[in-house]
Amino acid sequence: MNSFDFIETSIESSVAIIELNRPRQLNSLNRKLVSELVEAMEYFDRDDQVRIIVLAGKGRAFSAGADIDEMTDDDPISLELLNQFADWDRFALIKKPLIGAVKGFVFGGGFELALCCDILIAAGGTEFSFPEVGLGVMPGAGGTQRLTKLAGRTKALEWLWSGERISAEDALKYGVINKIVAPELLMEEALKFANRLAKQPPLSLRLIKDSVNKAVDSSLSEGMQYERKNFYLLFSTQDQKEGMNAFKEKRKPDYRGK
Amino acid sequence: MFETIRYEVKDTIAWLFLNRPDSLNAFVAKMNREVKDAVKKASNDEQVRCIVITGEGRAFCSGQDLSEVDEKMDHGQVLRDHYGPMIKQIRQCEKPIIAAVNGVAAGAGFSLALACDFRVLSERASFLNAFIHVGLIPDSGNLYYLSQLVGHTKAVELSILGEKVNAADALKMGLANKLYPLESWEEDVTVFAGRLAALPTKAIGLIKRSLKVVPQLSFEDYLEYEAQGQRIAGLTKDHREGVAAFMDKRKPVFSGQ
Repeated sequence: MNSFDFIETSIESSVAIIELNRPRQLNSLNRKLVSELVEAMEYFDRDDQVRIIVLAGKGRAFSAGADIDEMTDDDPISLELLNQFADWDRFALIKKPLIGAVKGFVFGGGFELALCCDILIAAGGTEFSFPEVGLGVMPGAGGTQRLTKLAGRTKALEWLWSGERISAEDALKYGVINKIVAPELLMEEALKFANRLAKQPPLSLRLIKDSVNKAVDSSLSEGMQYERKNFYLLFSTQDQKEGMNAFKEKRKPDYRGK
Repeated sequence: MFETIRYEVKDTIAWLFLNRPDSLNAFVAKMNREVKDAVKKASNDEQVRCIVITGEGRAFCSGQDLSEVDEKMDHGQVLRDHYGPMIKQIRQCEKPIIAAVNGVAAGAGFSLALACDFRVLSERASFLNAFIHVGLIPDSGNLYYLSQLVGHTKAVELSILGEKVNAADALKMGLANKLYPLESWEEDVTVFAGRLAALPTKAIGLIKRSLKVVPQLSFEDYLEYEAQGQRIAGLTKDHREGVAAFMDKRKPVFSGQ
């Protein structure tokens, strides 16, 4: 993997950690950072050593949003030709569980990035918001779509129109995040959760994510058929044999991801 | 840098004097803002391990300055814009805050004292939930804290009858922690503040945090919350110092770290 300017990566046992590393800019997202992020995620997604990916931000904020300076002079044609959101589309193709550990400000593009995660753990006091409306624009990297899928139309419109800050408690209440932990323990708790998931059979996790994502985007009958195929597919894995044998033999299973 | 208050840090204690003695330290918008800024400053100052709020002159704080009130005033908006942010800043603070009530604490002045962790009283102190006398309801978090401190019965009585509570009664009612004689008032407050400042500051912050969530959480969720708090406390230097001092049979010296 290349060395990066704006992110930092590491691996702890089978968990890969990617940290946004522009703390002085509150991890504002410039295009280079996003392309580094995609590159690192895709790399870990293919790395056999890695079972879970944790995404976090260095410093006091997860990310205060997109780098506004970068786009002040853009016009529709330059944006179309730049096609920057093609990088963002690739986040959705990551197959391994992606856990976001967020804190401080999770604004704009930072919030959209958080919404690309499968599981979100937030430090107490974290604030989310889509302030784009205040700049005469709107979210462009999935914000209106993903937030609505999670929280429903009622709250999504209120939050997106007002640009107001959403407390971690409200984000939890409306199903945007999974849990709130003490700020001091954010990484510890996120890694604890990641390590627990890392013991689960990787192919099950993979096909569960695949099936759940299908549910978000298709009819029930189509999703049911899709689920069934994935269920059958798991019976071709060694981990299915291991899991069921361990259950019969009353011992702990040891999954290999095969 | 402050006009309506005086702020000084001595040793590890931040002193915040409400400083409009001619109006019995009544609140104007600027004083709301300055109290908020001073509490924030003390919260962020690593040297500070205890905050004392007290009044210059003969009153603690007489509440809203009525000369600022006119018919056009949107009372709700005043709370959202001025009092709410001040009270929230106090609530967020993870260091111990003492209201050293040197005289009358009326209206929002009473609310300010209620928002603090400790209320220590001079013999001259008194509390007055004066809002009812001008046809208003107790604000700035007053009823939230008051009902927790003295229970429903007394909260109703103090708020609806609006009778003055003297220092001795306040202490009996559970509205306050200490009552100090006039002669030694300043010294006693300083000693008490010093005692708090010498305790494990991080653990104090975690206790305050835990108490705040009690009304919101189920028992099971609280136990998880508590486990996280203890994990954090267990990582502090002060915890190690406390255990070491116990083993060595000596007095612990806590650093607040």
